[in-house]
Amino acid sequence: MKPRRMALHAFLITMSVIWLAPLAWAFYISLRPFGDTIKNGYLSWPSSLSFANYVNGWNSANLGYYYLNTLIVAVPAVIVTLLVASLVAYALTRVVNRINLFLLLVFTAGNLLPPQVIIVPLYYLYLAIPVPKPLSDNGRLYDQYIGIILIHIVFQLGFCIFVLSNYMRTLPKELTEAALVDGASVFRTYWSVILPLCAPALAALGTLEFTFIYNDFFWAILLMVTGSKRPITSALNNLQGSFFTDQNVLAAAALMVAIPTILVYIVLQRQFIRGLTLGSTKG
Amino acid sequence: MPDPQAAGLTPAPAPTGAGVITRPGKSHYSLLTRRDRVVLLLMVGIPVLLDVVFIWGPALVSVLLSFTNWQGIGAITSQNIVGVKNYQFLFTEYTQFWPAVSHNVIWLVFFVCVASPIGIFFAVLLDREIRGSRIYQNFFYLPVVLSLAVIGFIWELQYAPNGLINSVLGRTGQDNTINWLGNPAINIWAAVVAASWRHVGYVMILYLAGLKSVDPTLREAAAIDGASERQAFFKVIFPVMAPINVVIVIVTVIESLRAFDLVFIINQGTNGLQLLSTLITNNSISEANLVGFGSSIAVVLMVISLVPIVIFLSRVMGQRE
Repeated sequence: MKPRRMALHAFLITMSVIWLAPLAWAFYISLRPFGDTIKNGYLSWPSSLSFANYVNGWNSANLGYYYLNTLIVAVPAVIVTLLVASLVAYALTRVVNRINLFLLLVFTAGNLLPPQVIIVPLYYLYLAIPVPKPLSDNGRLYDQYIGIILIHIVFQLGFCIFVLSNYMRTLPKELTEAALVDGASVFRTYWSVILPLCAPALAALGTLEFTFIYNDFFWAILLMVTGSKRPITSALNNLQGSFFTDQNVLAAAALMVAIPTILVYIVLQRQFIRGLTLGSTKG
Repeated sequence: MPDPQAAGLTPAPAPTGAGVITRPGKSHYSLLTRRDRVVLLLMVGIPVLLDVVFIWGPALVSVLLSFTNWQGIGAITSQNIVGVKNYQFLFTEYTQFWPAVSHNVIWLVFFVCVASPIGIFFAVLLDREIRGSRIYQNFFYLPVVLSLAVIGFIWELQYAPNGLINSVLGRTGQDNTINWLGNPAINIWAAVVAASWRHVGYVMILYLAGLKSVDPTLREAAAIDGASERQAFFKVIFPVMAPINVVIVIVTVIESLRAFDLVFIINQGTNGLQLLSTLITNNSISEANLVGFGSSIAVVLMVISLVPIVIFLSRVMGQRE
């Protein structure tokens, strides 16, 4: 190898070590008994390593339950977001005029606003809007799964509409025209022509949206007050202190929360990256 | 006053507009039946309504509330209207405001001048044919899939008195530990470094995608003309990448204005970690119920974030028309 190449690899390996160090450190702490680290310090040779902190953290805080909370929110939110976004993107690209361009901008801008800008009125809106019983056990949107699902759908629509309309514009117009000439309705054309063609984009967006919603902290912290109802990422905040009392268990818990997104990335890496770059390079 | 009965009984002229149907060049539109048009209207109308009720409505109400002293209970009456008093107090007397602004500026400048260039640098290094490029990419990209809340927990372990960073620096003794997250003079830097751990990978992926689309003959031409790699990048590639560069600046600015989760995990955005975003929630929802005052902070944040948003949208417009 040429010396320049070796220098490049040396640099990249050094940076990789730095980049992985925080996770490696968290993992190392999580495997060590608390008593051992108290006695010998954290930077010390381990007397024993085990997954006891994981078992401990999982059982004491009942973590499995919070993963379920996340699924209750994320699964319907991702499905509805993709469905509605593809409908809107189809309608907006189907008929190209100034109003539709304006609407596209309205949706996109809504997704770019920092959520903190709208949270105060939204909080009072959530307290005020009545919701019937089966959907809400307190008759409001506030502190309810339906409320969290709804805000995810509305907020993520902007991003998905933007990406999907970019994608649909690249599809040949002749396809939809042929279907319409054959007498297919608008909805029929959408369902049996456009949607199948968008499968790659939908797969990419679905992967990305699942991670976004899994990782949500802000909406669930502010629009959901009952700690035991919160999805896993936001639940970490109230479990810290009461259940995860030492750093070692906290490290194990944080890694357990991180594992699903890391798995999604490993398994669906191509989708994940395509989802991100679809939104930026063709914009 | 409009007559409600007449409006209800007389069918409005069909919104189809004969002119639209027969206009040449709009053949696409004319294929639609009236039913199709209603379907299209519903397809777009309902989501637009939701967008207005849950995003743009609250944004507008924030502006209105910022001129009141409403505290969240009871109706808002004319007595609640205080004009620009909230803003006066915010800019002149509220001791948390300017520190929060300076923290947001630190965050923004660090992201733009340090984290994003590192991400671009990684992308440029990894764009060439080198062995293991994908593996390196995966390492740098890994933090991007984590939530900023989890990143907050993971970095709390690094910054702990006996954590990795103090251990590496040999500062874990009784009297020489560095209190990275508790010292208000340095904790904002500690937080922004943790956030950059994620941002670098994000920028790297966006930039790599852009580099893939650069015409390879440009690079060959630069090499034939005797340009060094550095010259080729700064004189040829970087200018060609202008559209991606703009996207990265916009993404970076928006991400830094949104920063919230990480500092909230560390100390709820207090004691050196105040950001405009945490001032809004701390004043209006979590600790106090100064809805009017909190809204004035929200309006400041909104006005600032409209700058990158408008730039982004005008680019989209330019490409669509």
